[in-house]
Amino acid sequence: MTAALSGEEIAHRIADKFPDSVIIADEMSVVIHSRSLYQVAEFLKNTPGLDFDYLTNLAAVDYLDYFEVVYHLVSLKHNHSLVLKTRCYDRDKPVVPSVVSLWRAADFQEREAYDLMGIVFQGHPNLKRLLLWEGFVGHPLRRDYL
Amino acid sequence: MAIRTEPFILNVGPQHPSTHGVFRLRVTLDGEVVVDVEPVVGYLHRGIEKLAEGRTYTQNIPFTDRLDYLASMTNNFAYVLAVEKLAQIEVPERAEYLRIIMAEMMRIASHLMAIGFFLNDLGAMMTPVLYMWREREKLLDLFEMVCGQRLTYNYMRIGGVSQDIPEEFLPALKKFVAEMPTFIDEYEWLLSQNEILLARTKGVGILPRDVAINIAASGPVLRASGVKWDIRKADPYSIYDRFDFEVPVGNVGDCYDRYWVRMQEMRQSVRILEQALEQLPGGEVYAKVPQLLRPPAGEVYGHIEAPKGELGFYLVSDNSIAPYRFHIRPPTLINLTALKDMVIGWKVADLIVTFGSMDVCLGEIDR
Amino acid sequence: MTLLEQFRLWLATILPGWEWLAYVVPAIVGIVVILGFVLTMVIVFIWYERRLLGRFQIRLGPNRLGPEGVFQPIATAVKILLKEDVVPEKGDKVLHWLAPVIVFVPVLMIFAVVPFGERAILADLNVGIVYVVAISSISVVGIYAAGWASNNKYALISALRTVAQMVSYELPLILAIVGVVLMAGSLSMTQIVASQDIPFFILQPLGFVIFFLGTLAELNRCPFDLLEADSEIVAGYHIEYSGMKFAMFYLGEYGHALAYSCIIATLFLGGWQGPLLPPIMWLVIKALVVFSTIVWIRGTLPRLRVDQLMAFAWKGLLPMAIINLFMIAAEVLWLPETMLWIMGAVNLILAAGLILMWSKLFTLGGGRVEV
Repeated sequence: MTAALSGEEIAHRIADKFPDSVIIADEMSVVIHSRSLYQVAEFLKNTPGLDFDYLTNLAAVDYLDYFEVVYHLVSLKHNHSLVLKTRCYDRDKPVVPSVVSLWRAADFQEREAYDLMGIVFQGHPNLKRLLLWEGFVGHPLRRDYL
Repeated sequence: MAIRTEPFILNVGPQHPSTHGVFRLRVTLDGEVVVDVEPVVGYLHRGIEKLAEGRTYTQNIPFTDRLDYLASMTNNFAYVLAVEKLAQIEVPERAEYLRIIMAEMMRIASHLMAIGFFLNDLGAMMTPVLYMWREREKLLDLFEMVCGQRLTYNYMRIGGVSQDIPEEFLPALKKFVAEMPTFIDEYEWLLSQNEILLARTKGVGILPRDVAINIAASGPVLRASGVKWDIRKADPYSIYDRFDFEVPVGNVGDCYDRYWVRMQEMRQSVRILEQALEQLPGGEVYAKVPQLLRPPAGEVYGHIEAPKGELGFYLVSDNSIAPYRFHIRPPTLINLTALKDMVIGWKVADLIVTFGSMDVCLGEIDR
Repeated sequence: MTLLEQFRLWLATILPGWEWLAYVVPAIVGIVVILGFVLTMVIVFIWYERRLLGRFQIRLGPNRLGPEGVFQPIATAVKILLKEDVVPEKGDKVLHWLAPVIVFVPVLMIFAVVPFGERAILADLNVGIVYVVAISSISVVGIYAAGWASNNKYALISALRTVAQMVSYELPLILAIVGVVLMAGSLSMTQIVASQDIPFFILQPLGFVIFFLGTLAELNRCPFDLLEADSEIVAGYHIEYSGMKFAMFYLGEYGHALAYSCIIATLFLGGWQGPLLPPIMWLVIKALVVFSTIVWIRGTLPRLRVDQLMAFAWKGLLPMAIINLFMIAAEVLWLPETMLWIMGAVNLILAAGLILMWSKLFTLGGGRVEV
């Protein structure tokens, strides 16, 4: 059984290393400031004992006040998982650092989130629309689209 | 005298017999050698994620049929599992078993197609496909008995399955389970030692273990690279912990290993089917679930081991009748990330074979 | 003396002063008969391949049109002929038009030297087999022209594959023919048939295998169908062809298959020779047997890759063909003619040994190029 690590515990460990990076944490997940997302992701990936080497899923959710990008991380080595989240509040140009250089799994998923949700992943090597055609106006998965 | 050459761009697709759907590979070729590959997807984009936000949880089940249309049952399964996890619904015992039976039948059916079309990509003109179809046809007949459909089943419901199996289903399935191993032997006898098949697939399109993990490959593609990761074992959902089966693992990660892993997985699926048939209890198949389900506000990520890899549903609920966010993790799209690494330096023919060995389904990639 | 020559001499006797007519009429009659034979047989072959392939693929094959679906090829022909003739806008129009002709005509010309009976041959050339080799290699030009004129990248890849493949496989093919010629002591097709009291495939099995494989490559049949390769380059050189021009390619392909089936039957299976049935029936039966094997292979094997294909020709077939040729030359030179069976046995052992040896050398997988 994949053990879901407690978000609070991980949040403590993150806060020790990167103060002011955690917005909120509960049993299920950790929410991180987008400015320190990359460092935290790197920490989670490379710290022995955590070893989150497998980015299962990347989803973006539009809560109207802010966008939330959700990373479902798994460690194949220890068989445990964690839900990492980050938020961005700017509706016109939401920016989140890209994690492609850590997990290439994020490549298409970030492109998809950019395409459908309009979140710009800074540092993505090839941030183009994935499913819709180039020149499409708008980002259809936003709650205020249509 | 040096001959001046320059690479040229070839569009494989969107209409091409080997793209398994409407899919385009923008390939840069130097002669016959692949220099660069860029998958272009989205030709089948129907906006299922957006549509689902305007429909109730139950109404969304048919959408999941249309993801990986070669394995609709497992898509249903993944979705209803996620919703049940979100709404904390208990499923009757018999329904659990029926779901497992359907999922494993679907896995066999999907792998049959995958192997058949993989060989078609190798150039074995339709013969393997038709041999595989012989067995898939029997499975489709079984599915038809259960739910009246042959492609998009819409059989699973939140809290169970739509109806109990008919009387004639179990004898027919038992017969199939009894004879399937001999058919798998026949396939292996026909294919696994074929000199040309080995020459074309051994060592071709290698996906190294660390890359496979880094790109979050899943399913047979991941296991062929030597990673023993099967969600049925690693994170048993439903009642998979009650069955005894092995996880076949390749060691090189080439096209042959992917083919071999699929072949062995069919054997394991038959084993699971045997056990499930033995243990199948009686009773209800549908829990009392309100027609307009309002799961408590929250979110869930439910994932299962679909034939093509890890199929996940990330659902966010705001305590209304429709999901607030309906996100699908498509296994084959994410597997495709590695295509470029696997084919550069190989010939066009290898590109097609490697692509075929990944077993993509465009309904799922484009959603 | 062939039947047509006899016909000409007879005409010359009844038409004194019209000698030119005595030359023209038999020629036209011969051509019409051959054309009729080829077209009928091509239709039979198309139907036969579909049905047989259906059997191999556990399905029925076309069975609706006429008894056992025999009219299906005719329906196909009508369908193809009624289609719009599309010419690519940026293609080379003249070449695009010329290519199917260049492919199709040589195929018909091969039949000039195929012996249908002891005296039933259109032209009993004393260099018959050389003529076959020379003529059949012309169609490569047509395929290349088609690939070039289509202005399509798939077609171009196919065209370049064709040239490489045809040039490579012609060598083992010709070397295998030389073995036959050595044994028969003549280049004439009728002489080759006449000298086969024991069919040559028993006397030189290795030569037969090499020739058969080379033929598969010349015919673009599985597992050497790289220039059509549906799953890779879609249809290859005829991707931009439709209508009558496509029909020419289609006919050319099956005509080629028929021609080479007849030639294999002639060179190795004893041609028209056989008891009871009329000679032409024997030839047709043998050609059908050869063609069935080709269809069987098509229904069974996957395709080789282009570099494996070339390696197979140059590292596999060519050395074997040379060894085979030297062995046969030595045997013809030193073994007395009465000891043919010993020759067959020796060659059989040699063939088995060589094939076994080369199959060990055949490497699996690999082939990546650094870019």
